[in-house]
Amino acid sequence: MKYIDEFRDGELAKTISTNIAMEVCADKNYNLMEFCGGHTHAISRYGLTDLLPAQITLIHGPGCPVCVLPIGRVDHAIKLALEQDVILCTYGDCLRVPASNGLSLLKAKARGADVRMVYSTTDALKLAQQHPEKQVVFFAIGFETTTPPTAVIIKQAQALALKNFSVICNHVLTPAAMHAILANEGGAKLHGFVGPAHVSTVIGSRPYEVFAYDYKKPVVIAGFEPLDVMQAILMLVRQVNDGRAEVENEFTRAVTREGNLKAQALVDEVFELRDEFEWRGLGTISNSALKLRSAFAEFDAERRFGLQYQSVPDYKACECGAILRGEKRPQQCKIFGTVCTPENPVGSCMVSSEGACAAHYTYGRFKDVAVMAA
Amino acid sequence: MGEIKASYVRPLDIKHGRVDMSHGSGGRAMAQLIEELFTSALGNEYLGQGDDGAVLPQVRGRLVMATDSHVVSPLFFPGGDIGCLSVHGTINDVAVMGATPLYLAASFILEEGFPLADLKRIVESMALAAHTAGVPVVTGDTKVVEQGKGDGVFITTTGIGVMRDNLALSGNLAQAGDKILLSGTLGDHGMAILSQREGLKFDAPIVSDTAALHGLIACMLDCGASIRTLRDPTRGGLATTLNEIAKQSGVGMMLHESAIPINKPVEAACEFLGLDPLYVANEGKLIAICTAEDAERLLAVMRAHVQGQQATIIGEVLADTHNFVQMTTKMGGRRIVDWLTGEQLPRIC
Ligand code: SF4
Repeated sequence: MKYIDEFRDGELAKTISTNIAMEVCADKNYNLMEFCGGHTHAISRYGLTDLLPAQITLIHGPGCPVCVLPIGRVDHAIKLALEQDVILCTYGDCLRVPASNGLSLLKAKARGADVRMVYSTTDALKLAQQHPEKQVVFFAIGFETTTPPTAVIIKQAQALALKNFSVICNHVLTPAAMHAILANEGGAKLHGFVGPAHVSTVIGSRPYEVFAYDYKKPVVIAGFEPLDVMQAILMLVRQVNDGRAEVENEFTRAVTREGNLKAQALVDEVFELRDEFEWRGLGTISNSALKLRSAFAEFDAERRFGLQYQSVPDYKACECGAILRGEKRPQQCKIFGTVCTPENPVGSCMVSSEGACAAHYTYGRFKDVAVMAA
Repeated sequence: MGEIKASYVRPLDIKHGRVDMSHGSGGRAMAQLIEELFTSALGNEYLGQGDDGAVLPQVRGRLVMATDSHVVSPLFFPGGDIGCLSVHGTINDVAVMGATPLYLAASFILEEGFPLADLKRIVESMALAAHTAGVPVVTGDTKVVEQGKGDGVFITTTGIGVMRDNLALSGNLAQAGDKILLSGTLGDHGMAILSQREGLKFDAPIVSDTAALHGLIACMLDCGASIRTLRDPTRGGLATTLNEIAKQSGVGMMLHESAIPINKPVEAACEFLGLDPLYVANEGKLIAICTAEDAERLLAVMRAHVQGQQATIIGEVLADTHNFVQMTTKMGGRRIVDWLTGEQLPRIC
């Protein structure tokens, strides 16, 4: 409990904020991307941009699992749930991601599909054990943090010789997405990254070294607490000022250079790289996602049900792609806050509380209009 | 609630017995259940009459009526159970209108198979709550549904109270410049329930704040401060209640996070589950909106009452056609405290 207070101390925040203000160069721009949705959420929830000088612009990155899920992948899940009489289970936020034909998993559920929300992968496995008469499919999403738990249940399913359990694997890789952003036009304008918190506990800090050395972009790995983010921004400002590009670790209480080797080995045992995977916004990226190894083929829902991937374009007016690439801000989308709201999301960025549009709508939209004081 | 027998009838086996369909059939079994379990615990002159309704004495003044259905799982939680909760909830709904609560009606939907011992505990807790509050349950009803069609026990309570003269409290009366007061810590009830459900263990368990607030409210109204709105922030928490008031009154609000009291274990549990305490339910707290001149005086009155010891001024009302509820965070930034979208969901990442 002490833990929380320690990282939410308003006085300390003010001190860091003053330091940042004193250290930024008046004539420089600092465009910093926070890769993770967890950071986006913390920044919006604590109103951290109010504590930063005008020279610093925070750009939301693509590190929000449901945001980068393309329509075609959600369509797979919906099709299975509606046509194959399976129990489809997934994490809560996935249920509302808009897909083709105005459907989402939640709407498919209202049409009679058996769609269940689970809190953990073990809940998914339990469902399969409780319903031996039905096929249970787990729609797995997420970056490196959520991959090891998926690997665990696949191994358990194999040990239990379950015949009615399989996984649609949508697990994606953080470094691949960072490469894609830097290869893109938005990348040129970036001066540094606030690096992932939980993801880095698994993969370690080493995979980011290429961004510092080859692309000359500073990376500071930060925890998800507001003070972590403030401290990381200060460290990035210092790197930019000094002309350094290094991987620094603000989150030493949880992240090492090598990461969690046991988790990495587990993931490696169950999964292998996909040749290519379509991301919402970032397009098709080679070697950017995982699939089940052939030793676990019987638990691969794509093989079991013969799912063929089909790319589906985003809704015309939706700017999720540009937002995920860091090229646009939520308020620049024409339908932000009017047609597209958290109650009725049109794009994926409006769904999860970590999505850039949802975070801005929920916590920050007062900044778009003048509000009179009392 | 008819008369039974003159001869001997075997009493209910409260220790091992369970609710069965005959307890809702209107026959002798039902009469026995009502008499031995309900009337004996809740006993008062009106209920004791045993008629289909209660004839109550004349009252002078405008009447306020409120009703609330209670479905909670688990039925028993640290700090209370569905029984006392159903009494407190409805008393509070009547009291925040500015009325003195007088009588309650209670309607039970029991699931077949429910242990009579648990039912007895619930009814006794209800009786104690009603007795302590001085608001008797004067009429009631029970129905039994088949196993699987209920969640143990559902209780609906309805309350009647009498308004104070010349008093008008409403969610549409807040004006720019008014102060917003909160009577104590947030999120205790919701997190007491959730931490039980999720099996979270803390050194000191989180205890529900379920309580009847009409005593505190009476002191607040007696002091003569010009109060515009009273509300109890139950389902949806403080955030939802303030958004409702802002919309009804056509105003905005600015809250100060550092002024909002939250118990440490509640904060830790919320953090663990990825929830925001501003959206978590309370069952024994109230929000008051009051003119700026009278705010300090009202605060002193609240703090003098046991239920308001931790009361604070948490913010003020602004002129804002967008009706935003904003907050300055502990970090010194600003954010919106928005309406809830769907259910609060734990984060994945
Ligand atoms: S506002 Fe909606 S449609 Fe526009 S970019 Fe954001 S999520 Fe997409």
